[in-house]
Amino acid sequence: MVMMMLKGNEATAYAAKIAKVQVIPAYPITPSTLFPEKVSELIANGEMKAEFIPVESEHSALSAAIGAAATGARTMTATASQGLALMHEVLFIASGMRLPIVMAIGNRALSAPVNIWAEQQDTIAQRDSGWLQFYAENNQEALDLTLIAFRVAEDERVLLPAMMGMDAFVLTHTMEPVDVPDDKLVEKFLGPPKPKYPILDPTKPATFGAFVFPEHYMEFRYSQFVAMEHSKKVIDEAFNEFKELFGREYKKVTGFMNEDAEILLVTMGSMTGTAREAVRKLREKGEKVGLIKLTVFRPFPKEELIEITKNAKIIAVVDRNISVGFAGAIFTELAASYNNIKEKPKILDFILGLGGRDIRLEDYYEIYNKAKESLNKEVKEINWINVDEEAVYEVEGPL
Amino acid sequence: MNFENQEFFAPGHRACAGCAAPIIVKWVLKLAGPNTIVVNATGCLEVFSTPYPHTSWRLPWIHVAFENASAVASGIDAALKAQGKREGVNIIVFGGDGGTSDIGLQSLSGMAERGHDILYVMYDNEAYMNTGIQRSSSTPFGAWTTTSQVGPFNILGKNEFKKPIAEIMAAHKIPYVATVNPAFLSDMKMKIAKALEIKGPKFIHAISSCTTGWRHDPSKTIEIMRLATETGIFPLWEIENGDFSKMRLTYIPKQRKPVEEYFKPQGRFRHLFQDPEKIKEIQKMVDEWWAKFENKN
Amino acid sequence: MKITRGVVITEPGSTALEETGSWRTFRPEIRYEKCIRCMICCNYCPEPAIEKKSGENYPVANPKLIKMEVPVINYKYCKGCGICVNECPTKAIDFVREEK
Repeated sequence: MVMMMLKGNEATAYAAKIAKVQVIPAYPITPSTLFPEKVSELIANGEMKAEFIPVESEHSALSAAIGAAATGARTMTATASQGLALMHEVLFIASGMRLPIVMAIGNRALSAPVNIWAEQQDTIAQRDSGWLQFYAENNQEALDLTLIAFRVAEDERVLLPAMMGMDAFVLTHTMEPVDVPDDKLVEKFLGPPKPKYPILDPTKPATFGAFVFPEHYMEFRYSQFVAMEHSKKVIDEAFNEFKELFGREYKKVTGFMNEDAEILLVTMGSMTGTAREAVRKLREKGEKVGLIKLTVFRPFPKEELIEITKNAKIIAVVDRNISVGFAGAIFTELAASYNNIKEKPKILDFILGLGGRDIRLEDYYEIYNKAKESLNKEVKEINWINVDEEAVYEVEGPL
Repeated sequence: MNFENQEFFAPGHRACAGCAAPIIVKWVLKLAGPNTIVVNATGCLEVFSTPYPHTSWRLPWIHVAFENASAVASGIDAALKAQGKREGVNIIVFGGDGGTSDIGLQSLSGMAERGHDILYVMYDNEAYMNTGIQRSSSTPFGAWTTTSQVGPFNILGKNEFKKPIAEIMAAHKIPYVATVNPAFLSDMKMKIAKALEIKGPKFIHAISSCTTGWRHDPSKTIEIMRLATETGIFPLWEIENGDFSKMRLTYIPKQRKPVEEYFKPQGRFRHLFQDPEKIKEIQKMVDEWWAKFENKN
Repeated sequence: MKITRGVVITEPGSTALEETGSWRTFRPEIRYEKCIRCMICCNYCPEPAIEKKSGENYPVANPKLIKMEVPVINYKYCKGCGICVNECPTKAIDFVREEK
């Protein structure tokens, strides 16, 4: 193993290298552009042996990835925001065809307005596509979760594609010390790139992507649903194996100072670092607050979240995304998870950090205070923090 | 090795009676042989040949979506290379005119520019036939389609010219581009065999008559395609490495038949006969093309 | 019900189980005395529903052709499009209405 100072994109590029990824079709988009650049560099100087395809759009990047994975090659690509949105139809296809493709996403806001900075809407908007979703708090996690994504995706019980989100610029472009594991150890973790599924092979002709009528379609979709359910167990196994081999522990849901907490913050991604600091500071003042960090969003870790939050009075969910017309995704899915449970904490939604707006200590204090207030009085269920709500009304003419 | 007596495309598929597409496919596959992977864009061919749980294909075959067949093929090319298995395997893409000339143009252009060793065969039935005969950029000038309907406010049907997709692909300077016609079978076989021998991107534009969309008797499929070339409307040529100055016309009719002979048996051109000026206009366009290119031969 | 993982069909050419011959309203019938064994019908059949078989037991006008293979229509798949009827250079194929 080697300690390197790496940006998030570089960490994922090194993950591709040590995982012996064979085919990398990629298209540039801020903030994930450094991934194909690094891959091209590693191939040029002989450090990596992979076929790099400089495709002409993100839609083609994922399409080429499907072709490569269907031929049995270990395949990875990276994109963000508009690029991921452009891939939308192909995402569903990759999952329906049960191909273990891994994609690193530089979580970035979606147009319009055009914005290149951190937000999780891009991957959240694809949560219906049948892909596993992991979220990294720092660059070490970005590298590790990419390896874990391969491990879970390629497992015979799963065979679903996986995406790994890391916040734009905060992680993609910021250098952090990252332990890059030895590729022999990674080979032990992942095994060689030998596909455990039928592939395009002239010696064994098979048809991929047939046209399916109503009498069969639902069973196919159901089988994907079941595979994703199975992945819950496989993810835990992968986390355990990872800890054994590399010494770092991951959980679908991780608690911090949460045992006796009355108010729990729920975060996902790089915002967690600041949240942890806020919780420490609040605890010093005697506040009974704790933090829950989500590392896996798909499959939604319903059981683990309920178990770890059920004794709190208030759950304050931080959503770095918003489904216009309803609420943030983590809030929505957590509330739905608690649906049939009689005794449950109050759940509140806090929308922050869209379009790269920093999520600061003071924002967490504001969230905490609002959550505390709600113990005694009615508060809004969905709260936008650090937003000039008045500005909206000062617009000339109609909104 | 000669595979001409083997059938790599099984009967029992749901193509309309008299469809030209399976004729094109069977000959391409007979010349390619079993060491082949086929990628198919969404369209008639893909739908009628793979009704789950059955498939007509006796070769490895993949369909992903409408516009990305060339991108999928590029991924397969890279994967085989990475696995050290590229040698001797043909990668062939089949796409209709819609999936190639319109929505598929970007990925096709990208594949060509990157130089992948892939043979792209476009079966041109001159409209989005699978979804019900809607016009595509490949629909000829003056043709009726369901989205270029004919009426007092639109007397011509399609008002725009047929996009010269083969010429566009030749302009990419890829090693081989040719137009083929199943009614000229030896010429078609010669060109496909030639393409399969060449390394790099190859593009074959095949005319593929459609009894349902062109509104003609199914038994006349080959006859009508023959007329397309004999009238000079669908000329047969090859261009290598984008050198238009060395374009080779592989069939020059001694006396080009008048274009009406091609239009008469097809319902989609019936309205043209109400305005003989239009037919003269089309004849002029065809004559001009031949004046320009015939001299080079 | 049988489904496969990822919508993969591993049985190549299985549409051969679907007998599209039931689509026919007209049926091509080869008159072997007129057939010159050129195989144009076989080359152009879209299904393909015309097979090449040994010519031994088939009528032939010119005995020199008896060693050649003959085209034989497979009525399980023939959709009755009539391309073979139209293209046959000696008009050796009759097109008769299918009896129901």
